[in-house]
Amino acid sequence: MKKNKEKRNLISIEVLGIVLGLLWISPFYLMIVNAFKSKRDIFEGVLGIPETFQFQNFVQAFIDLEFLKSLFNSVLITGLSIFFIIIFSSMAGYALARNKSKLSGIMFFIFVAAMLIPFQSVMIPLVSLFGMVDMLNAGGLIFMYLGFGCSLSIFLYHGAMTGVSRTMDEAAIIDGANRLQLFWYIIFPLLKPISVTVGILNVIWIWNDYLLPSLVLSESNATIPLKMFYFFGQYTKQWHLALAGLTIAIIPVIIGYFFAQRQIIKGVSEGAVK
Amino acid sequence: MQNRSLWFWLFLTPVILGLGIVVVIPFVYGFIFSFTNWNGLVATEFLGFQNYINLFQEDEFMNSIVFTVQFAVVTVILLNIFGLGLALIVTRNIKTNNLLRTVFFMPNLIGGLILGFIWQFIFVSVFGDIGNMFGIEGMQGWLSTTNTGFWGLVILTAWQMAGYIMIIYIAYLENIPKDLIEAAKIDGANGLQRFKNVTFPLVAPAFTVSMFLTLSMAFKIYDQNLSLTNGGPFNSTQMVAMEIVRTAFSDNQMAYAQSKAVIFFLIVAVIALTQVYYNKKREVEM
Repeated sequence: MKKNKEKRNLISIEVLGIVLGLLWISPFYLMIVNAFKSKRDIFEGVLGIPETFQFQNFVQAFIDLEFLKSLFNSVLITGLSIFFIIIFSSMAGYALARNKSKLSGIMFFIFVAAMLIPFQSVMIPLVSLFGMVDMLNAGGLIFMYLGFGCSLSIFLYHGAMTGVSRTMDEAAIIDGANRLQLFWYIIFPLLKPISVTVGILNVIWIWNDYLLPSLVLSESNATIPLKMFYFFGQYTKQWHLALAGLTIAIIPVIIGYFFAQRQIIKGVSEGAVK
Repeated sequence: MQNRSLWFWLFLTPVILGLGIVVVIPFVYGFIFSFTNWNGLVATEFLGFQNYINLFQEDEFMNSIVFTVQFAVVTVILLNIFGLGLALIVTRNIKTNNLLRTVFFMPNLIGGLILGFIWQFIFVSVFGDIGNMFGIEGMQGWLSTTNTGFWGLVILTAWQMAGYIMIIYIAYLENIPKDLIEAAKIDGANGLQRFKNVTFPLVAPAFTVSMFLTLSMAFKIYDQNLSLTNGGPFNSTQMVAMEIVRTAFSDNQMAYAQSKAVIFFLIVAVIALTQVYYNKKREVEM
């Protein structure tokens, strides 16, 4: 009797979950079906599936978004930023964790405290200063991402270092390795799980960032979110094209999520709870 | 010893330069220039607290603060209800729990700008259509009034971030020892009692974590605001972050905008420091 009741309970929870799940993805359903409609179809109704599938919406959106170029810019800027954040933050986290001096403690505190500063509080002088030295370009942007991304990353690496024994260091030094070799060949590989977390957390915000690129990059170097903003402005009231563009813009994220969902959810969980 | 501090500095130099040039120097530089008539390039006059006095008398800025606070309060409550609710569903022994986690979390990976555009379509066209079909007046004209703009932003944010808060609650829920629940069952506690007396006290720390996290996220929102309502109608749904961007880059009042940015920093910092204080207190108690 009791088993049966519990089973029924579980089924009703599952049904509730599925209903909520469908509700959760319904915005994406609405985006995709209407991206395939003609302007007239959308006017007649947005809920049903299209009468004829208008693939040319996607062709035009793809061309107008200069999608391959925007994708290339996004991949390049995000990729290089992550590369530098991982290398330099892991080195810093290692150095700060191994050096127990007072100065090292103060430095760590400054890096962590910098997380309190919201972007908007430094954005105006930042853009002004970089403008003065003519660094409002992709290179400058990547450097800015290192500055904004390193705090949390150092914090995570510093935490992970407590699990790496000092005897590793000593053994390697006795064997004649210098610090750089020791770090690169022994410590860095041990930090791989946390590097995955750091990479994922930074990819999510850098890939999607709009405000900073909008202040730094010219339209010809636009990343996907930036290009999407211009594109959307061009097609207000032409939902069939705007939605096709939005669908295209989301595809790289969905592909990434499909292949790495386990690591992504794990990484986000670690980053948030710490 | 000499050698030892040499490698220490070598390893730290890149991030010191990064954080220093990108965050620390602009922060200090901006703070100083917020007391002047700086135009982004030069400052010719020291104004004392004049910018700060002005901003507290400016309706638009004060409205944006009030709007942001209201938005933050409502969003934080909804996010925690949804986040915990979803977590309770997907931590049960159901077949679809992994798939559902994936679905609920998905909106977090897509930028607020793109999601805002999608929801603009939903609020304007889809809501309008449904309203027509069922003759519901209240579903027409969304985003064209302050009120519908407010709820539009709340719904978008709750939908986007609930999966993130869900992940935090899951981490705590899965840490609850199974035998505690079993023991309560044997003692005859029903589902509600088990939740109230066993589960809830053990996830209470998650509540503090996610409350402050959502509060500071809600305060810093910009992209969603830009793409969903663009601050309209008549700047009435403009949040603090957007107000600062506009003052700086549309009105070109750099020093004045920076003084707003300093106030913004103080608000966000107070929220974060309160969290640190609570966490420390809790750790001591445990």
